[in-house]
Amino acid sequence: MSETRSLRKQSIPSLLEKLEQNGQRIIAPQPAGPSGTPWFTDLDRERHIDLEQMTAVSPKSGLFPVVEEILRFRKDGKQVVIEGDKVKVQPTVLFGLRPCDARGLRILESIFQEGEPDVFLRERRAATTVVAFSCTAADPDCFCTSVGGGPGDTEGSDLLLSAIDDDHFLVEIVTPKGKELVELGAGLFEPAKESEQTKVLAAVPVRFPIADVLTKLPALFNLESFWQEQSLACLGCSTCAFVCPICSCFDLEDEADLKCGSRLRCWDSCGQRLFTLHASGHNPRSVQSQRWRQRVMHKFSYLPERGRKARGSAPAEGSTSLLGCVGCGRCSRSCPVDMNLIERLTAIAESDL
Amino acid sequence: MAETVRRTSGQTVVNDMEALRQRARELLDAGTVQVIIGYANGSNRRVRPFFARRPEDLERLILDDRCVLNLAVYLRKPEVKALGKAAVIATPPLLRSILQLAAENHYQESEAVFLALDSAGNVLELSSAEQIAGVLGSLPGSTGQDACVPSADRMPALSAGSTDRQARFAFWKQEFERCIRCYACRAACPMCYCEQCLVDSNQPQWIPVAAHSIGNLEWHISRAMHLAGRCVNCGACSEACPAGIPLNLVNQFLADRIQQEFGQKAGTSAKLDYALSVFSGSDRETFIK
Amino acid sequence: MSPENVYQPYLMRIDRAVDEAPGIRTFRLLFEDEECGKNFRFKAGQFGEYSVFGEGESTFCIASSPTRTGYIECTFRQTGRVTSALAALDEGDILGFRGPYGNVFPVDEWKGKNLLFIAGGIALPPLRCVIWNALDLRENFGDVSIIYGARSVADLVYKHELEEWGKRDDVKLMTTVDPGGETPDWKGQVGFVPHVLEKANPSSENTIALVCGPPIMIKLTLPVLAKLGFAAGDTFTTLENRMKCGFGKCGRCNVGKYYVCVDGPVFTLEQLQTMPAEF
Ligand code: SF4
Ligand code: SF4
Ligand code: SF4
Ligand code: SF4
Ligand code: FES
Repeated sequence: MSETRSLRKQSIPSLLEKLEQNGQRIIAPQPAGPSGTPWFTDLDRERHIDLEQMTAVSPKSGLFPVVEEILRFRKDGKQVVIEGDKVKVQPTVLFGLRPCDARGLRILESIFQEGEPDVFLRERRAATTVVAFSCTAADPDCFCTSVGGGPGDTEGSDLLLSAIDDDHFLVEIVTPKGKELVELGAGLFEPAKESEQTKVLAAVPVRFPIADVLTKLPALFNLESFWQEQSLACLGCSTCAFVCPICSCFDLEDEADLKCGSRLRCWDSCGQRLFTLHASGHNPRSVQSQRWRQRVMHKFSYLPERGRKARGSAPAEGSTSLLGCVGCGRCSRSCPVDMNLIERLTAIAESDL
Repeated sequence: MAETVRRTSGQTVVNDMEALRQRARELLDAGTVQVIIGYANGSNRRVRPFFARRPEDLERLILDDRCVLNLAVYLRKPEVKALGKAAVIATPPLLRSILQLAAENHYQESEAVFLALDSAGNVLELSSAEQIAGVLGSLPGSTGQDACVPSADRMPALSAGSTDRQARFAFWKQEFERCIRCYACRAACPMCYCEQCLVDSNQPQWIPVAAHSIGNLEWHISRAMHLAGRCVNCGACSEACPAGIPLNLVNQFLADRIQQEFGQKAGTSAKLDYALSVFSGSDRETFIK
Repeated sequence: MSPENVYQPYLMRIDRAVDEAPGIRTFRLLFEDEECGKNFRFKAGQFGEYSVFGEGESTFCIASSPTRTGYIECTFRQTGRVTSALAALDEGDILGFRGPYGNVFPVDEWKGKNLLFIAGGIALPPLRCVIWNALDLRENFGDVSIIYGARSVADLVYKHELEEWGKRDDVKLMTTVDPGGETPDWKGQVGFVPHVLEKANPSSENTIALVCGPPIMIKLTLPVLAKLGFAAGDTFTTLENRMKCGFGKCGRCNVGKYYVCVDGPVFTLEQLQTMPAEF
């Protein structure tokens, strides 16, 4: 195991205060709106940090904002000047993630950094420290353990805090950045004793055999009726993509007045009818069942296959580290028509073709 | 972590499911319809739309106060249309949307059959807008606030008659901040049937696509204006919104204004001129004359 | 913005604008930064993102040949917001260009082979790039044949170049217009591209076929090529999926395990046959 410390639960507010004093921006899940479900926002002392309920939307905006200005320009007669300095990001602590969220950020990073590296995501990640908490409870939509993660998984976290009893966290220092954070909070962290190494973790059963999903998908592609049946209720509302920690489709849009403007990168989704619509009116994915199929294939077939190609033979066939899903269950929780993903992946794993 | 349950309770509001199932079975057997669109129990205490095509599927049909998603949206979905003629298990909000769709020429006479229960527990089989209009007022649950839709009383700043504009604006500004522009509200709305939504047309780009404060405000104001006098307050938009924004309240606010000003209420008649595009000599505004 | 920003376009000045056909325009673009222009290299088949600042970006191939350096050309049809704004630009105006993106026609591997180009309508530009590339290195190739069709005479693009190719005796050019699209003085063929191809009956011996055109033309042309004996691995085309980023991130052009912007736009028929028909 990595280097560890012990932290008292009651020290968390002091830790956050110290970090703020150090100029860190803190983003944490706090209740929002009339329903009070937690939402990742800038820390507001009036509110409490909610580590109990899963946020409706993932913390991916911490690295991949809903809207990002990728270019600014000024027009002067016929002249155009592209302006702006290096990407400016404030040192940030993403606080209160779940292990699946942190793992999701890792995958998001690899999507944006492989091939042409994306400077915005890179700079943001470089300035961000991810503090995740192991899960002590899971709900029936969680399936991290079916896709290679787990309630105490450290991947993608800089620090992982796990409850060991009612009053203490075991702090795993996963990266040097995590170590720096511990140093900023000096005085609050104590050495972890031998007896303080056992994390209290939620039991998350494996819900379906992922290997079967991976092997069956390519041949299932052509079975139109299967996808139509799976997605009969799907509204194409894109909620599943927008709440997902890994979905990274985007749109580029210009906004400008006569003199200056900017080019913006905005979240988008392959579930939208307009996503693939050609100017000619032709649409390669013209009905929702094709778009649902794309969602599943992209996460569980195309991404793993591309990942294998990009990294040579390193991760073996069937490896879960290249999936486009960490099993957070958000899409299932938020889908207005209950297109439960576990259920659909199970049907895929069990299909006989 | 507490089990995440949607904003609804799952209380049974319909005890006469058997009667509904029986009529649905008759319709399937007779070949009058090929699919019954209703609700079934879904995963983890949620409900889901359900498409029953065989008599044995009918056992799964349920109806309770979690059934907010407006099934009328499926009448325009190609894959569902391909199943054949449909009978829809109807709630008052759904019937209101059918009436409003008919008023806008988007529901054709006998395009589908609607099965509803009257207060005596009898099954009503409705297929024309006229029939719907005739019984709608007497159906249980058709008046007052529909059970699980966010209601204004929970939000003091918005409570009926509140004239505190500043408080209202502050509230909505904060709510719209969370909008991520997924357009689930639009996808779930029976009245958002436009082939090309205003927000998707870019010549010119009327509404910013980006989910920043101004873009979100413009999107929601435009949507509200486009639904003014058309929204039937089914609550499907609020139910679908992943950010939990109580959108139907905006639309309801406008609906109330339209009723005050023009004496019209969407979803009450299939013969309703659109209040905001009809001019009459008796209008109070002087600019028309 | 730092030069490593992959979204940052080159500034290009429109050196020459040509109206090719109704709604279709060609720009010759020079790099505002001469140094960039000198160092810029691309290969046949690659594309770029062209932008009007304030309106957005649009994707088209580089229509000029990689053998001609210092400038690039693009030809586009005015359809949406960006292309309308582009069409409104004129000589001397500035636009943005990101690229080159995508894979290439393996022109270097075709030494000694005959080349058969088949194009329809506005889809000549990607092949025009290869045609000039081959003609500039004429000794490397065997026969060069071109079959090009459009709806009507007015809709043919690169009219001057067609004339030039027609006059050359080392190029076999066959132009055609759809029935009803001819003018009284039209000297080319009348008929659809697949029929003209069938009549022309070119040999598939040692020959590479390159096909670009509207989906329906491609669909009807491929069986003819197969009948003529062209192997699927020797038949090339480009896919025209919608694109935004150009480098495999935005997800828009994803077809099966391929991103058209990275793994394409050039595909052999053999590859297409293994791909989902989502193009
Ligand atoms: S469970 Fe759903 S939301 Fe979560 S990572 Fe997988 S696809 Fe995305
Ligand atoms: S959230 Fe559900 S209804 Fe909406 S697009 Fe995703 S699967 Fe379809
Ligand atoms: S705006 Fe909302 S409440 Fe009104 S009809 Fe549409 S979905 Fe129903
Ligand atoms: S559903 Fe909610 S988050 Fe999505 S566009 Fe509508 S208001 Fe915004
Ligand atoms: S154009 Fe963005 S992924 Fe291909």
